Parts: sequence; C-alpha cells; structure tokens
Amino acid sequence: MEFKTFVFYVFAAIMVFAALRVITARNPVHAALFLVLAFFSAGGIWMLLEAEFLAITLVLVYVGAVMVLFLFVIMMLDINVDRMRQGFWSYLPVGALIAILLVVEMVLVLGGRYFALDAMPEPPPAQAGYSNTREIGRLLYTDYVYPFELASLVLLIAMVAAVTLTLRKRKGLKSIDPEIQLSVKREDRVRLVNMPAEKE
Amino acid sequence: MEALLQPVAQFFGPIWPLVWTLVKIFAIIAPLMLCVAYLTLAERKVIGYMQVRIGPNRVGPKGLLQPIADGLKLLFKEIIVPSGANKGLYLLGPVFALAPVLVAWSVVPFGDGMVLADINAGLLFLLAVTSLEVYGVIIAGWASNSKYPFLGAMRASAQMVSYEVAMGFALICVLLISASLNLNDIVNAQGQGRFHDMGLSFLSWNWLPLLPMFVIFVVSGIAETNRAPFDVVEGESEIVAGHMVEYSGMSFALFFLGEYAAMILVSAMASILFLGGWLSPVGFLPDGFHWMALKTASILFLFLWARATFPRFRYDHIMRLGWKVFIPITLVWVIVVAVWMMTPLSIWN
Repeated sequence: MEFKTFVFYVFAAIMVFAALRVITARNPVHAALFLVLAFFSAGGIWMLLEAEFLAITLVLVYVGAVMVLFLFVIMMLDINVDRMRQGFWSYLPVGALIAILLVVEMVLVLGGRYFALDAMPEPPPAQAGYSNTREIGRLLYTDYVYPFELASLVLLIAMVAAVTLTLRKRKGLKSIDPEIQLSVKREDRVRLVNMPAEKE
Repeated sequence: MEALLQPVAQFFGPIWPLVWTLVKIFAIIAPLMLCVAYLTLAERKVIGYMQVRIGPNRVGPKGLLQPIADGLKLLFKEIIVPSGANKGLYLLGPVFALAPVLVAWSVVPFGDGMVLADINAGLLFLLAVTSLEVYGVIIAGWASNSKYPFLGAMRASAQMVSYEVAMGFALICVLLISASLNLNDIVNAQGQGRFHDMGLSFLSWNWLPLLPMFVIFVVSGIAETNRAPFDVVEGESEIVAGHMVEYSGMSFALFFLGEYAAMILVSAMASILFLGGWLSPVGFLPDGFHWMALKTASILFLFLWARATFPRFRYDHIMRLGWKVFIPITLVWVIVVAVWMMTPLSIWN
C-alpha cells in the first residue's frame, strides 16, 4: 500500500469515528468538539488532494470561527441530558426518513454516470510550481465571476438581515455612548481656581 | 554540512527524513521554550524598571535564574481537578492552548530558506493555526465547571474571534502587495524597490506603505494574545484570573507557556510581514537571522511597554475598537491598496 493511501485511510477512519460520535455523544459539548475533529480530518483529506487552499480555509472558517460560535451557544444552554433522551421514538420516523433520503442521494451521486469512479479518474499530480490558491482565485474571478458575485450578494443580504433582526434599542439603558466619553476635555471636568492664601 | 551528515543519513536509512525533521523541530522548540522562560524574566525586569523598582534579583546572579526557579516550583506542585469538572477536557485545555502556537512555528522562516516547512500557503496556514488557539480557552473555561472561568473564557474567546477578523484583513493587504502566500517570498518581496537600491532598505519594507495596517496588526496582536491593556481575560479586579482560575501546577504553567509563545509568534509574524524579516535595514550590512531576532525582540519590548503604560480597557470599549474602528479601517484600506496597485502610481511592479 502506498503511503498516501495509508494516510487517507487514517484520516477517513478518524473522520467516520468522529462523525459517529457527533450523533452518539451524550454531552452536546463533546458532540460539538467531535464535529471539530471531523472538520479537521476532512481538511487533511483535502490536503491529500493537493487542494491546500480549501483545506486551510475549511479549518480557518469552520473550526476557527463557526464552531467557536456553536460552542458559545451550546455552552450557554442549560441542557438536561435525561430530558433530551425523551421522545427518541417519536422522532425516530422523521430522522430515519431524512437518513434514508441522504443515503439515496449519495448513492445517486456516487453511483451515477457523472461521478462514478471510472468517470472521475485520479487527476495527474500537479507540477512543482502549482499553487492551488492561485488557480482557485483565477477560476473564481474569470469563469465563475457572476456566480461568485451572486453568492457574495446573497451572503451580504443574509448578514444585513441578521443584524436588523437582532438589533433592538432597549429603553432605560444607562450605558454611555463611548464617543461622548472620548470627546470629554479636561476643561469640562476640572475647574482651576486661583485662591489667595489665607492668613491667620 | 551535507558531507558531514552523509554517514548519519546512511545509518538511519529510510527513516532519515523523519529523524532529520525531528531534529529540526527540536532545534526550534528548545530555544523557543528558553526564550519563553526568559521573556517572563524580561517582562518583570522591564516593568520593574518602568515603575522605578528593581524587579527579581535574588535567584542567581542578577536574578537570572528566576525563570528556572519558577518552572521548578510549578513542576512540583499538585495538579488539582475540581469536583464536577469534566476531567478529560479539563486536562486537554492547557494542551490546546499551547499546541497550536508550537505548530505555527513550523512555517516561520528564520532566514532565507531557513524554515521547517516551506509551504505555498504559509500565511493562510498561520492564520488557520492561530485561530485554533481559542479552543484552549473555551475548553478550559467550560471544563472547569466553575462560574468565573466560564465567564472569563466567554470574554476571551469573543475578543479573540473579533480581533482575528481585523488581523485577517491586515494580512490580506500584505498578500495583495507581495502577490504570494509564501512567507519566504513575502520577505524577499520587501527587499526590492527604489529605497532598497539607494541602500535604505528599511524604507522599502511593508510597514511604510501599509502603516495603518502595521499599527492595526500589532494592536490586534496584543488583543489576540490577551495581553494588557486587553487582558480582560485575567482582569484580576473583576474575574480573578479568567479561564485559568481552577488550574494549578504544570497545567497552569502550560497556559503561561502558550501565552508567551503566542506573544513571540505574533512579534515574529509582524517582523516578517511588515519589517522585512531577516533583511538588513541598510545596504552595507549583511542580512541574517540576527536582524529577525532583533526585530522580534523590539516588538516584544513594545508589548511589555504597553503593559506597563496603559490601564485595562473596559470590555465594551474593546469590542467597539475591534468591530467599529479596526474592521472598517482595514476594509477601506484593502480597497485603497487594491486600487493603488492598479494605478500608474503603483510601487510594487
């Protein structure tokens, strides 16, 4: 077995194990941390495909930012593990349906004509000067510039929507505007008084 | 060198690359740990002199053995696990705080080509790995099962995530003008231009055209490593010592090692990205590692100086500075630099 294949199986095994633990771990914080491990292994597998930009971005965005916010929310919740296990049987049909749908979709994608193993031969190894970042940047800003700009617009709208949904002015707040605090001069607060010395 | 290593390489045979890499890793980590130890002494001495005190001067000649004594003391202390703590994660927390910082050093070049892993996307790698530092804080705060550490962890991680954005934008400016993500290339790109030909290389480094970004990078670096005046995570007057409250002995020491190693890392990054790394500031002196060490040490001194000078920021002011001041400035400056590069006035051709 080639060394690269061995590395692939190591990453894949860790990823499958971590993904399994995400849904079986009792403690939600543990589940979230296993999801981090799964992302990390996925990054490793992408690295094997010489897609270092995608691999590092996956770690940067999902592990470094998204999962941190996830953990924030999960840690804040007061979770009762016993109550979470209630209603397992009533949710089972819905969950099973979604799982079956996912499996069917995956079979369609991987077993279909377009993505089967023989339709997707192993890409030739890249030349020495190849830079994945440069290639992806070139493609994004030439061939796929309109979809790319469209995606960024959608993200911008989502961002503005999220801000407007959560932004509310509460009445009766006593916090002071930092601008006012910063613009205070010495003359506003201190008065120098010249007093003649008192004599007995 | 090659000829000297030939017999050793033959002795190890196929596992030689592994052995050689381990030797290199050791050659980076061991001096780094020594630097961390003496940075703590330097900090106490510098702050001492700034406050008209002497600082530690009892252990060894002029107090030079103080870090060794501190380390030994922490090594022999008992590690206490609070009741109700999540034991596995509680012990993993300090490891997560230290490990990413050490990993990041693998791509830092110390001289032309003097680097453990000369990878294409070095800058991205640094950004990704340093963004993992926040896990040590979060895990430690949550696993301690105690209120103060939890609050401290929340504060610290929110702060680190916020300042990472500004830092990222500052780095985008650097990679725009050097047209590369490889740290070696970024340094070499600074060693050219009109001023370099005049023998005044220090004026051709990135800090001058990107001055606002340089300032923002250093300030964000201070915030990112949770150092004073942004050290609300420790905030002794408010929340005791943040996520580290419940830790003792070596597990506590690992947090400190991580913090100081991160300080050195940020300083090294600033000197590579903005101050020309190992390049000599003037034409008639040779380039070399000593310049890099000098630049890193100067920025570290700036860190200590800031700690001795400024009072602690209030938390909402920290958040305001990050989101409402730094991020808009960096966003505008990215556009300014991008447009500047497209005009005939561009100095990076």
